[in-house]
Amino acid sequence: MDFVFSEEQQLLRDSIQKYIGKDYGFEARKAIVASTQGFSDKVWAQFAEMGLLGVAFDEAHGGFGGTPVDTMLVMTELGRGIVVEPYFSTVVLGGSLIDLAGSEAQKQAILSEVAQGKLLLAAALGEPDSRYELNCVETTAKRDGAGYVLNGHKAVVLHGASADKLVVSARSAGAARDARGISLFLVDRNSAGVQVTGYRTIDGMRAAEIKLANVKVGADGVLGEVDQALPVLERAADFAVSALCAEAVGAMEALNAATFEYLKTRQQFGRPIGSFQALQHRAVDMMIHCEQSRSLALLASVKVQSEDANERKRTVSAAKIQIGRSGRAISQEAIQLHGGMGVSNELAAGHYAKRLTMINATLGDVEHHSERFSSAR
Amino acid sequence: MDLNYTKEEKAFREEVRGFVRDNLPEDIAGKVLHHRRLGKDDWVRWQKILYHKGWVAPNWPKAYGGCAWTPIQQHIFEDECGYAGAPRVMPFGLIMVAPVIQTFGSQWQKEYYLPRILSSEDWWAQGYSEPGSGSDLASLKTRAQFVKSGEGDHYIVDGQKTWTTLGQHADMIFCLVRTDTTVKKQEGISFLLIDMHSPGITVRPIITLDEEHEVNEVFFDNVKVPAKNLVGEEGKGWTYAKFLLGHERTGIARVGESKRELEQLKQIAGKQLRNGKPLMDDPRFRDRVTQVEVELMALEITLLRVLSSRTKPGPEASILKIKGTDVQQALTELTMEAMGPYALPFRPETRDAAWQGEPVGPEYAGSAAAVYFNCRKTSIYGGSNEIQRNIISQMVLGL
Repeated sequence: MDFVFSEEQQLLRDSIQKYIGKDYGFEARKAIVASTQGFSDKVWAQFAEMGLLGVAFDEAHGGFGGTPVDTMLVMTELGRGIVVEPYFSTVVLGGSLIDLAGSEAQKQAILSEVAQGKLLLAAALGEPDSRYELNCVETTAKRDGAGYVLNGHKAVVLHGASADKLVVSARSAGAARDARGISLFLVDRNSAGVQVTGYRTIDGMRAAEIKLANVKVGADGVLGEVDQALPVLERAADFAVSALCAEAVGAMEALNAATFEYLKTRQQFGRPIGSFQALQHRAVDMMIHCEQSRSLALLASVKVQSEDANERKRTVSAAKIQIGRSGRAISQEAIQLHGGMGVSNELAAGHYAKRLTMINATLGDVEHHSERFSSAR
Repeated sequence: MDLNYTKEEKAFREEVRGFVRDNLPEDIAGKVLHHRRLGKDDWVRWQKILYHKGWVAPNWPKAYGGCAWTPIQQHIFEDECGYAGAPRVMPFGLIMVAPVIQTFGSQWQKEYYLPRILSSEDWWAQGYSEPGSGSDLASLKTRAQFVKSGEGDHYIVDGQKTWTTLGQHADMIFCLVRTDTTVKKQEGISFLLIDMHSPGITVRPIITLDEEHEVNEVFFDNVKVPAKNLVGEEGKGWTYAKFLLGHERTGIARVGESKRELEQLKQIAGKQLRNGKPLMDDPRFRDRVTQVEVELMALEITLLRVLSSRTKPGPEASILKIKGTDVQQALTELTMEAMGPYALPFRPETRDAAWQGEPVGPEYAGSAAAVYFNCRKTSIYGGSNEIQRNIISQMVLGL
């Protein structure tokens, strides 16, 4: 057992920290959030140059052959900067779906483009009635010659409006909640019949409702084995959840640091408010929440590769439960300890709180993962 | 970064598991697993078994007869012992006072006391708290006055210690005593090793909420203590006490024991019914169990992170005390609640291993509420959890 990051990993972390510290301060982020697109092409190109976009992919597919621990490291730093670029949707979730389900030709074509920053992906998995259940798919895929025709409504697709390609889950067989009968398709966002309605999310990012009306997909757009996509979806989602947990830890660290700094500087009754025991003990609990979250985020990033599916599910869900609970506790306490400033949109603190809160609502909240955790014993 | 155990660590776990399986006396494990009362002999017997195997002092250097195990090995050992139902090795001698003697003690103290601690010949107790000095430990008043004498220099000790765990069994007690009342309170404290059989010592039981005799008051009336029983220098006791507390806090997470209690809770909640179905399948109850289980999983990794850090456990170890006791208390609470109305019957006689009577309700009933009330101590002892928060706030957060 070894908790030390390799030299390469430390260099990777340092380079991201340095970049975000210099070019991605809170004011720079604010301008990016307010832009039409909602993220910066310049930042994205810089990520490509730093090698961040190919961290997780094989060298054969234009990547760097990193492990989930490397992805965790990147995500923690992005969390620390509450970075809004579509790293999670394109590289983590979209990328891993291609990586796990795609043919060699699909991986060659798509992942290298992603790694170079030339192609954006979005995963269209959720639906209006599916909540967090990956098996709940009502969007249909009907055979049409060598290809398929898709119809349905995919909900809250992260960065769906800016993606070049969508990875869509659709039902090719069976009833709405059957485990079997789900397939994955690669759909160009500009295909005929794809109607995308983009919107802002409360944490400064973007998402979209996507309606599919008789969208034709050729044989080359089928991703992985027809009818058998659920296990792949679950593995990709587990990888994505472990990455979200890592992001949350970065956000918790930054939010805690900002809060503790505020406690030291804010004066009331002629002394720093951090000298009051009532606040000190709450600060300590925030710190413990962060450390417990870090422990399970680390564990999840290792066990997400476990051959034992039950161990993988249990660990990842445990991490998401811890992060959901701790993220809520830290964000609520951070706002409270910042006093009036905590509810001001001018301060970074509230934006960290928003991101942490929305991470809980992404790919399964505490309740969802509690159920999954106990059924995977 | 690899959170999987290495091949060697896995092999070590197998070795420990095998040894515990083959050598932990069944009657002792039975008492631990069923929350029966343990006698002095039970602890001593198990410690002697470990002593003969050479495993009783995982944290000691080899030179003193310890194992010099890595922190990960120590954790694996505690994890396996805890899970199997081994009694906890009494910490007062082996874990608390021994490192103090090894680090600050005289040659005589090392040669005389350490082997007796190792072989469990002496049972030690801790003399820290006083009626007027709990969290504010440095305010302690037990006096030790130095007397120069032809028959041998010595101290005369007068005062009272309290909450002395299992002091009724003790042969020796390490005490913080005041040797100087004219200086700052922390600077007037010394660290004395006192023979519990000395004339002038009286031990009086304190009965806790479970009606058990686990803690005591210890009175010192004109007790003569040889000067050679002073550890280190006069007036440095506070430094040694803080050193000792650092050693105490890592073991206090009690991950292995909590894993065992969690398993028991699941078994009990699998047998108790709600709406005709196992309580464990009730989403409301199950989610509460899950919450504790997740905290315990996180705690184990947090503990391993603290143990693996190259530096000695610092104030971060207070996290382990807070979280470890949170988890222990939550587990005893859920176990009691799992009993439903059978939490009410109080049958202290069932705590006796020899008891053969008819149980009231399920065989595991009768002690759950008592265990719950006993466990309220954990967030108070070893430096209350509020004191631990003060430590983190000051030493880690800099508030």
